[in-house]
Amino acid sequence: MPETTLERTPDAAPSGAPLLDVTGVRKTFRSGRGRLTALDGVDLRLGRGETLGLVGESGCGKSTLARVLLRLERPDAGTVRFDGVDPFALRGRELLAWRRRVQMVFQDPFASLNARMSAADIIGEPWRTHRDVQPTAQARQRRVRELLDLVGLREGDAHRHPNEFSGGQRQRLGIARALALEPDLIVCDEPVSALDLSVQAQVLNLLADLQRRLGVSYVFISHDLSVVRHVADRVTVMYLGKVIEHGRTEEVFDRPLHPYTAALLSAAPTLDVSGEAGADREIPLRGEIPSPFDIPSGCRFRTRCWKAEDRCRDAAPPLRTRVVDGGDEPHEGLCHFPLEVAG
Amino acid sequence: MPASTETETRAEERPADDPALEVRGLCVDLHTAAGTVRAVDHVGFTVRRGRTLALLGESGCGKSMTAQAIVGLLDPVAEVTGGSVTVAGTDVLRLSPGKRRKLAGPVLSIVFQDALTALNPVQPVGRQLAEPFRIHRGLSRRAAREKAIELMASVGIPEPRQRARSYPHQFSGGMRQRLLIAMAVALEPDVLLADEPTTALDVTVQAQIMRLLRDLQTEHRLAVVLITHDLAVVAQRADDVAVMYAGNVVETGPVREVFAAPRHPYTRGLLDSVPEHARRGERLPAVPGSPPELSAIPAGCVFQARCPLARERCVTERPVLAPVGAGRSAACHFSEELAHA
Repeated sequence: MPETTLERTPDAAPSGAPLLDVTGVRKTFRSGRGRLTALDGVDLRLGRGETLGLVGESGCGKSTLARVLLRLERPDAGTVRFDGVDPFALRGRELLAWRRRVQMVFQDPFASLNARMSAADIIGEPWRTHRDVQPTAQARQRRVRELLDLVGLREGDAHRHPNEFSGGQRQRLGIARALALEPDLIVCDEPVSALDLSVQAQVLNLLADLQRRLGVSYVFISHDLSVVRHVADRVTVMYLGKVIEHGRTEEVFDRPLHPYTAALLSAAPTLDVSGEAGADREIPLRGEIPSPFDIPSGCRFRTRCWKAEDRCRDAAPPLRTRVVDGGDEPHEGLCHFPLEVAG
Repeated sequence: MPASTETETRAEERPADDPALEVRGLCVDLHTAAGTVRAVDHVGFTVRRGRTLALLGESGCGKSMTAQAIVGLLDPVAEVTGGSVTVAGTDVLRLSPGKRRKLAGPVLSIVFQDALTALNPVQPVGRQLAEPFRIHRGLSRRAAREKAIELMASVGIPEPRQRARSYPHQFSGGMRQRLLIAMAVALEPDVLLADEPTTALDVTVQAQIMRLLRDLQTEHRLAVVLITHDLAVVAQRADDVAVMYAGNVVETGPVREVFAAPRHPYTRGLLDSVPEHARRGERLPAVPGSPPELSAIPAGCVFQARCPLARERCVTERPVLAPVGAGRSAACHFSEELAHA
């Protein structure tokens, strides 16, 4: 397999206009304790009908990034392009039309559904805001039925309330609501982490089916690496507000460039019960994630990294690129001492 | 008396190696406004010193309530209605509340999932960690405080002397979990129950906490009951497993054997649901439906509604936990079919 690791400037974009193109997004918040840097120059790209997995531990900025993608948070710097358009430049009717194209599925299927509304009302609520795509009264019933059917609920469920559904069914309902406006992109924030394992698989299968049938793209935020590995085409790994690695899913999982990614992968327990490989293949990380109020100089991961040297403190790490299979799609990582993989 | 797990008796019959914890036929009923339901139904297992048994199951399966019944911390609406919990030769369910409390700490202790609610928010952690030494050992304030600081150091809290004056909210999630573990092992118990000890934590911190638990277990030869919904945690950290579903233990045995060749269709379904085994984009073999409500548990097999093997006998007759090989049991009429699957 052809493979080179070399330094490169981060501006060469791949060919073909992506659905989502985020460049250099920065977001800081002020609080009594000072200035918190939530996003520090984040780049992101997502193609149509694809799934981007967003991975990182708490405080890495993945939820702030989701809020930026939904235009709920305006970045201090950087650009967001959705199908070539800057959503932050839109106003009025244009903005409303744009909002239809991006929807969200939330983590907690209990808190994100109004307990007083029936399933039909919940699914139909987006149409009350987006009146120009609101179906007529008869069409509306049919459309609700279609959506229920699409997510594997029954027609008779239309009149039931959230408390009459199980956790998995509620999450199906949340997905149906997200689909009501026929979006191009759904941001899924930990969509299965509140669900039991046996139910989680049902919802993951549903999301995959919907993508095949409707061509919708997903930004899939999860702390569960085995789930991300299963659903994502590409993976972006974040640490303390920065993307530290990005690439095709198999590449990132099988041959991580960044020590943090490697540690994250090794820390996640696996089902392998063969023994020896188990507990001891784990790369122990020192300490915990530093405060986002006080991000370490140079490489932000250096305080926990087993490969850290003086250079990691003194200089920002360069972008490393490993060209895979012909080179049209590089695997990137930010590190002074990227992991070498015996090829 | 229903069947219970006796994982190692055949392998080594040394009387000195008596189980540290033996639970038999444990039943817990919940008294709710809608009536009484059974949340834990004849649950049994044994754990030896230095060994870890995982109680594995999804939410509502009764695993946490089993743990609470063992340590005597059940919610007032829950009541133990049968069975025995033998620790160090004594059935603790027969003891008076006062005598039982004396065992909490020196013999039997528990680590809860949510460290923020398990710690007292208005007391410095040093004082909380000193409490067991004051109450059970009658140490002076000063001596107990020294013990607490030693304890904090032993679970890897940096600068313990200064940090002893901090309050729980001033610690990170991982550090709070360390404090809880410190408190649980303070009096060197024989048996430690850990109820989802890492669920709320990030992956890298999770690994640190599991390593700490393992080190403490080796050091003190603790018998550990690990309550979890995470199959991978079970695979990596437990010796034996008891799989629970709707208040019942449906399969039990050594983790390696159970995970390599499950003999209950629910265990099989759980293992198949883990995305790890499937290729990317492939459909996961999901278990259809969801677990039954406690008020609507069927008369026959508890898993019948979701089971691919279910047939008439499963509707009429509840399968009991029966041996399916050395040290293994499963509660399925047709577990034989899985053996050749």
